[in-house]
Amino acid sequence: MAWLQQTMEHGRPVCAAAGYGRAIVDDAAWIAVAQQLASGQGSMLGLWGDGECVHLCVLQEPLIGILTHACPSRRFPAIGGLYPPALRLERAIHDLYGLEPVASPDRRAWLDHGRWGVHQPLGRNQAAAADGAPYAFHAAEGPPMHLIPVGPVHAGIIEPGHFRFTANGETIVRLEQRLGYVHKGIERIMRGATLEAAARVAGRVSGDSTVAYALAFARAVEAALGVMAPPRADWLRAVMAELERIANHLGDIGAICNDAAFALIHAHCGVLREEVLRAAETCFGHRLMMDRIVPGGISADLQPHAADALHTLIDSIGQRFPELVELYDRTASLQDRTVATGILKPALVRHYGAGGFVGRASGRAFDARKAPGYPPYADLTFDVPVREQGDVDARVWIRIEELRQSLSLLAQLLAQLPRGVVRLPPLPLARHGAEGLAVVEGFRGDILAWVRLNGDGTVAHSHLRDPSWFQWPLLEAAIEGNIVADFPLCNKSFNCSYSGHDL
Amino acid sequence: MRTLLLKSLLQAPLTEPAPTADDAELDRLAQSLRSAGHRRLGRSLAIREVDAGSCNGCELEIHALNNAFYDLERFGLRFVASPRHADVLLVTGPVTKNMREALERTWAATPDPKWVVAAGDCARGCGVFAGSYACVGSVAAVIPVDVAIAGCPPTPTALLKGLLALLECSDRSRA
Repeated sequence: MAWLQQTMEHGRPVCAAAGYGRAIVDDAAWIAVAQQLASGQGSMLGLWGDGECVHLCVLQEPLIGILTHACPSRRFPAIGGLYPPALRLERAIHDLYGLEPVASPDRRAWLDHGRWGVHQPLGRNQAAAADGAPYAFHAAEGPPMHLIPVGPVHAGIIEPGHFRFTANGETIVRLEQRLGYVHKGIERIMRGATLEAAARVAGRVSGDSTVAYALAFARAVEAALGVMAPPRADWLRAVMAELERIANHLGDIGAICNDAAFALIHAHCGVLREEVLRAAETCFGHRLMMDRIVPGGISADLQPHAADALHTLIDSIGQRFPELVELYDRTASLQDRTVATGILKPALVRHYGAGGFVGRASGRAFDARKAPGYPPYADLTFDVPVREQGDVDARVWIRIEELRQSLSLLAQLLAQLPRGVVRLPPLPLARHGAEGLAVVEGFRGDILAWVRLNGDGTVAHSHLRDPSWFQWPLLEAAIEGNIVADFPLCNKSFNCSYSGHDL
Repeated sequence: MRTLLLKSLLQAPLTEPAPTADDAELDRLAQSLRSAGHRRLGRSLAIREVDAGSCNGCELEIHALNNAFYDLERFGLRFVASPRHADVLLVTGPVTKNMREALERTWAATPDPKWVVAAGDCARGCGVFAGSYACVGSVAAVIPVDVAIAGCPPTPTALLKGLLALLECSDRSRA
């Protein structure tokens, strides 16, 4: 029997909603779970605070379970020492909820930069100074070393974060990230919000994944309410999700080539991306398809002539994209920059449970559309590309191959689109305390959404975990030994979300 | 590559005609610029983009300004890598408390005369993040704003209109 199932059965069951369970466990079981994760038996899907509890969501394929540690003394045993992927999440829990990870090897604040004017905003919420707390970066010392601090305001049109490089000449010896600059307090904004308002916020956790976030949130709410979106809504949600994936992959492929000073592919990808966004506008009335997915379905059916616009788009990209792929593949100066640059080892990817192109370029095949799976993907044919090299080139190729798959998915979706309504009549009121979990595959990787609802139909608690939580730390590993000038290339090939991570 | 370049040479440009500057914005701006006595910089403005807390939706559309359809540089507008090279700060996001100082320092590092464009509903009025313990509020709550562009996110056309209003105004204010 799977160890996760045994642990769940030994704990005190709280909830057995469709598809997953939650159980309260004690200190010993909590540590035992971390040991299992550290030994490679399963991966962590999330770790978050909730009042005086911490929840640990674990995947031991095919099972997903949530283990809860109650913290009446506002403390819980830290697992970050045993299992480093938990480190930043534990630091975030301490910053937001004031629950202390006991014996954590890293006690520095993470999201709290000492600027909020409050401590533990979702815990005791005490007034505090707002003049900024100093941050102790890790040292890398010795005569030839020099420091290169970068950010939070970067040179490009990108999000803010601080990178501190220690370099030996041109070679990066250590990269340390400091994030949290775009922390917007999303979990507290969600508290007490109506489902409608909360869905709008969920769609703005990371704007590039607005469809995926809105979908994850909607599915979590639907799981909590025990309802299912109408079939046509499921299919149209998938159309939006695949359009979002195609648009982002085009943007990324172009931007990676641009960071290798090859502007031609960037220019052409920019044109294709714009065509995708215009098709999205034609079909759904918004270029990024914000606020189109809502709990219970989608906010509006396809606009007239939308299917024509999508067929034209599929043909157009299908015709022009292969030329760009060939150009990428045949340009030696470009390959010279991407091949064998920023190699991420498969063992690290498995350990961190990293998803998306970061995981799949280093041998981890996880794709939430396949397993745990959600409609309508079981009715569609597609492959999940996987490579082993783990370099920038492999991350480009995963995007290329996923884009091809998404084009095929779009064609299949349009060919078999069911008829019917696209939104449930008014949603039922929740049973007080009803919970729901959803895992959705965004372009960047798997997004986890967990909600607990109040009886009056508002959100009691919501946690949205971005795939970047398990990808950012790996960028620190992948960049080691590379030259400083290759950092933009490596960073772009990861394309982690700052906003999604900082919440 | 040669065939791709040749095709691009032979086909008609994708670039679309410029939208007209946002009129309401133009009038309001003209006044504020004259009263401030700003010197004209010519029809060429260097823009430094600052994400002060955005969800990155605005950044996607700002990126799109550089694509062949909108081709921002034909207007003499271009993005630069440092505030020290900039005439305009294009700021997005509800300003988070963790980004406030960085935004203030970026503004201080930008040489005079300078303009600030607040792009997007969050930058204009904090958007869905209003009231959060972690956000200061709109950009205007932190640094003086000359133009605000609505939208969540604003479309590239809306961004272009706002930026063109700024250009037109710097023309008028010299006249």
